[in-house]
Amino acid sequence: MSGFVEPIVGRYVHVEIDGEINRIYFEENGTGIPLVCLHTAGSDARQWRHLLIDEEFTKQFRIIAFDMPWHGKSNPPDSRYGNEYRLTTATYTATIRAFCSALRLDRPVVMGCSIGGRIVLNLAISHASEFRALIGLEAADFQQPWYDTAWLNRPDVHGGEVCAALVSGLIAPNGPQVARDETIWGYKQGGPGIFKGDLYFYRVDGDLRGRVGQIDVRQCPLYLLTGEYDFSCTPEDTLRTAASIPGAKATIMERLGHFPMSENPAQFRAYIAPVLQDILSRRNT
Amino acid sequence: MNPDAASTDRPSGAFDNQVVEAFKTIPELLSRDEELISRGRLLDVECLLGPTVQPFHVTICGGQILDMTPAPVLMRSWRFAYRATPAAYRAYWQAMPPPGWHDLLALTKRGEATLEGDLHPFMSHLQYFKDLLALPRGGGLVGAS
Repeated sequence: MSGFVEPIVGRYVHVEIDGEINRIYFEENGTGIPLVCLHTAGSDARQWRHLLIDEEFTKQFRIIAFDMPWHGKSNPPDSRYGNEYRLTTATYTATIRAFCSALRLDRPVVMGCSIGGRIVLNLAISHASEFRALIGLEAADFQQPWYDTAWLNRPDVHGGEVCAALVSGLIAPNGPQVARDETIWGYKQGGPGIFKGDLYFYRVDGDLRGRVGQIDVRQCPLYLLTGEYDFSCTPEDTLRTAASIPGAKATIMERLGHFPMSENPAQFRAYIAPVLQDILSRRNT
Repeated sequence: MNPDAASTDRPSGAFDNQVVEAFKTIPELLSRDEELISRGRLLDVECLLGPTVQPFHVTICGGQILDMTPAPVLMRSWRFAYRATPAAYRAYWQAMPPPGWHDLLALTKRGEATLEGDLHPFMSHLQYFKDLLALPRGGGLVGAS
């Protein structure tokens, strides 16, 4: 309907990360338990727009999605223009914690997808007491590479096109076409080398094999959900990871791939609703 | 179909022939797809594509297939090759491909396809080749659903 204004509100918050102020763009809607959502590598927080306008979830949760520095409407830090971007475990963790602190969020739930799912595991290992619950989508302690990231940023290949074409195969077939197109569009808009820089964390710096056994879900519940069509973080990767974490809950989602919240929002809703309900139930007990 | 049950490139007669015959329809299917041709408008390449049991030398010019000839051809060169098992193509061409069989690079990751040579033309037109090789999808290949 022409003239319809969505209830999502977008603002900027100044966040000190690694000694420098970053101007972080975030969107939010709802009231209740803070639920911070982390986008995938090389994309931005628009992936969460469907969750952000869910009428039921936003009655119980203050849903917040932010663009990581270098992504979407969050620029690189002032001092970093011209430098090669490489996301590390330390900086990624610091960014999330600093963002939550800047907004004065009280023990938020954090839900991340892909690299966001991986860093959720690191939050569970090192900072569990700061969070009410953690949700990893397409998350595992490690997964086997399936292409050479050197192709993502070179002058003789269009970065947006190749990034989009690579991830297009991670979307489940026969989902809503417009949702597929929109998911891929995010990858066509990333800055040069940003997807590649995110994958430095994913492939090199963020290997959590041998560490996830330290996670204590009694301190902070952990939910892992992976789409059956994700051949990057496969269901087997997630189930293997969950098997090494006593009490972790793992779910394989049918007819979904690597981008459940954006590639097929209705299908994803069916899987995330019970998780959010479980978190609510824990608050009430 | 359980693709894992037929995930080798062993020749098996009628099954392989069906896949080869389906692959042969790609030039005709492409000629009717103006949008895909347009996306390949800057692509000129000699490549080797097809089932492992019968690959084809494919000449692409301006996004159109000018020639597709069964390999081997004496001393014919190619810049890159993408070859997959007949079982892989059959799964890839299903209207709803099974998980892990639904993308060209999913097939290479699981060892059902190989990608060789100078990959620049393939990577610079990756979505073009994904869509080109998907053209027979849903086309009624016997055994596919």
